[in-house]
Amino acid sequence: MTATKKEIITKLRQDLLGWEGFRPVPPEERQSFGLGAIESAFPNQMFPTGALHEFISTRPEFTAAIGGFIAGIMQTLLEKGGVCVWVSYTRRIYPPALKRFGVNPDRIIFIDVTREKDVLWVTEEALKCHGIAAVICETRLLSFMESRRLQLAIEQSQVTGFILRKDVKHLNTTACAARWTVRPLRSKLRAGMPGVGFPRWQVELLKVRNGQPGSWTLEWKNNAFLHSETEHIVKPDTQRRYA
Amino acid sequence: MPKRFVSIWFRYLLTDREAIRQKSLRQLPVAFTEPDHGRLLVTAMNSNAEQCGVKPGMTAADARVIAPGIQLFETKAGRNIKLLKGLAEWCLRYTPLVMVDAPDGLLLDVTGCTHLKGGETEFLKDMVGRLRALGYTIRPGMADTIGCAWAVARCVESGLIVPPGGQRNALMPLPPACLRLGVDLLIKLNELGFYQVRSFIYLPKSDLKRRFGASIILRLYQALGQEAEFLLPLKEPVPYSERIALLEPIRTREVIETTVHALIDTLCKRLYGEGLGLRSAVLTYLRIDGKSGQLSIGTNHPSQRTDHVFKLFALQFDQVAPGLGIEIFILDATKTEPASDQQNVLWNGKPAADSEEVAELLDNVGARVGKDQIHRYLPQEHHWPERAAENTTNLTQMPECAWPEDHIRPVQLLEPPEPIEAMALTPDYAPRQFVYRHERHIIVNADGPERISHEWWIEDGGYRDYYVAEDEEGMRYWLFGTPNDLPGQTRRWFIHGYFP
Repeated sequence: MTATKKEIITKLRQDLLGWEGFRPVPPEERQSFGLGAIESAFPNQMFPTGALHEFISTRPEFTAAIGGFIAGIMQTLLEKGGVCVWVSYTRRIYPPALKRFGVNPDRIIFIDVTREKDVLWVTEEALKCHGIAAVICETRLLSFMESRRLQLAIEQSQVTGFILRKDVKHLNTTACAARWTVRPLRSKLRAGMPGVGFPRWQVELLKVRNGQPGSWTLEWKNNAFLHSETEHIVKPDTQRRYA
Repeated sequence: MPKRFVSIWFRYLLTDREAIRQKSLRQLPVAFTEPDHGRLLVTAMNSNAEQCGVKPGMTAADARVIAPGIQLFETKAGRNIKLLKGLAEWCLRYTPLVMVDAPDGLLLDVTGCTHLKGGETEFLKDMVGRLRALGYTIRPGMADTIGCAWAVARCVESGLIVPPGGQRNALMPLPPACLRLGVDLLIKLNELGFYQVRSFIYLPKSDLKRRFGASIILRLYQALGQEAEFLLPLKEPVPYSERIALLEPIRTREVIETTVHALIDTLCKRLYGEGLGLRSAVLTYLRIDGKSGQLSIGTNHPSQRTDHVFKLFALQFDQVAPGLGIEIFILDATKTEPASDQQNVLWNGKPAADSEEVAELLDNVGARVGKDQIHRYLPQEHHWPERAAENTTNLTQMPECAWPEDHIRPVQLLEPPEPIEAMALTPDYAPRQFVYRHERHIIVNADGPERISHEWWIEDGGYRDYYVAEDEEGMRYWLFGTPNDLPGQTRRWFIHGYFP
């Protein structure tokens, strides 16, 4: 009796995920982003492509760290070909630096709009386009309605969207699948070695739709993410669902 | 195919224009004057002044006496050409081949156009009527040759349409002035008693040439159609051009959209049939009040898709001001290129359909935010950070060298570098701490220096000593110091970027 109940509940959960836009992915199409434990925080234990990811940055140093982290994910997205579109209003990204994260900067099309309100328009147009691997949008403001529009565009085209929100004063509800922060951490060096080590970040998932928020320490080493010793801490009290 | 030309003579061009501006001038004698040797000479006048006896070349003082209340205006050089150009553009509604015929006329090649208005008579009536409604008094002439049309427009009271092949008969009773000859020659002909063309048209060619020069032969034969004469159109005719003339002027957005869509569809089908694609196009609309407007688009790759081209125009429909109504739409494909089904130009290793989609996306975005805002970066063989990547708007260009990987570079670059207050223990070592925007950063780890010099063959200047610095909180910065090896130089510090 209890066994059948459990089965029914699991099945219902699966159905709910399907209705919310998470399609079960056949094993041969599964793509690993090398994020390790972070991927298990998401529904179906995989990093959701074809979804909107929101990155919160409060300082320019964080924006740089987020840029590196996104580039690391983009490396995998661009493996299958396609181009990436980077939309911004005031951009400081330095293209040659992306090579270190495995992305060929000439595969990225930069669209620098002169009016801030055009950023989201261009992003939506780009997200509607099937031939694009990823869209990165640097913006300051993103209302719930705007994020919903972007999410609807994504559901048609299955493009992965990254919203890099700079200089955020207060957090509002959005329709994004995940909300991240990436903070740079002091790099780790072998004892007695001078200099600066590999990029090291505290990656935090503040909100995940149908997933487990958490916090991890990552390093970028030899063109791949590497989990650092700090064990990942799941904060049960921050588990929230939103949509 | 026999040609048909229309010559329009704007008899009172300047005064008509002035009367359009000020309605009160219509009843008054008006003349334009020009200073000459300390006097004012009349250069142009309207019909009222002409009836009073005012003639070109008369002094302004005389004109004032014989035509009391005459309004005198100053002649501006080149004004008539400017007006004629505007009128020539207006005439594009009748034919695509229009030429300004200085100083006071227009020439139209109307071959195959007259039936659109229901015949030659109706064509001229329509033209005269519309120009009169605008305020211009004109005299048109239609004939098989430019010369004959010109002659008929200026020298004939009735019979403005010369039937095909009737140039000789039409020219016979006209004065020699109708042949566009120089004043000296006309005086000479007059003195010799040649008052009409018929009096010398049958003279042997050699005699005419000996007595009056080659120009009279040329002009006569041009008018008769025995010598070729060409029209230099105001606008180069576009090989792929479509137009829609509407029965009723339209004003609403829906109708404009439907019409433009139909127009684009016609052009795209034609291009598709010839294996061509659109690279740039101009949509011109002519309003019933004589004003016109243009929208132009460009695409990244040859396109024949109606919906795509329409979408690009639709982004600009807000700029269309229909006024009282639009009566004609003209769509010119100003640039076409052969379009192949395999359009795999953007990036290799991608399906062809994708690159077409990306190109269409970039067209859309470019139409809204401007094409120069879309760019890529290509590697350059320079160490100087600001020159390491070349900004290009070309989306198909491939990099000529590999991206450098040997030195790490910041993900965020400050342009220009911002000055900081830094403190270093030893002159050639990384700073121990620095203050940037009123915030103190204590540096715990640092890499460097990496010395990057200005390339002297591009720009003079010193070098920069770059350090990668990590502060207590783990933030990583790219700092550099200016040269300090010459006596009297003090090192200044700048922040140039953020590492991830």
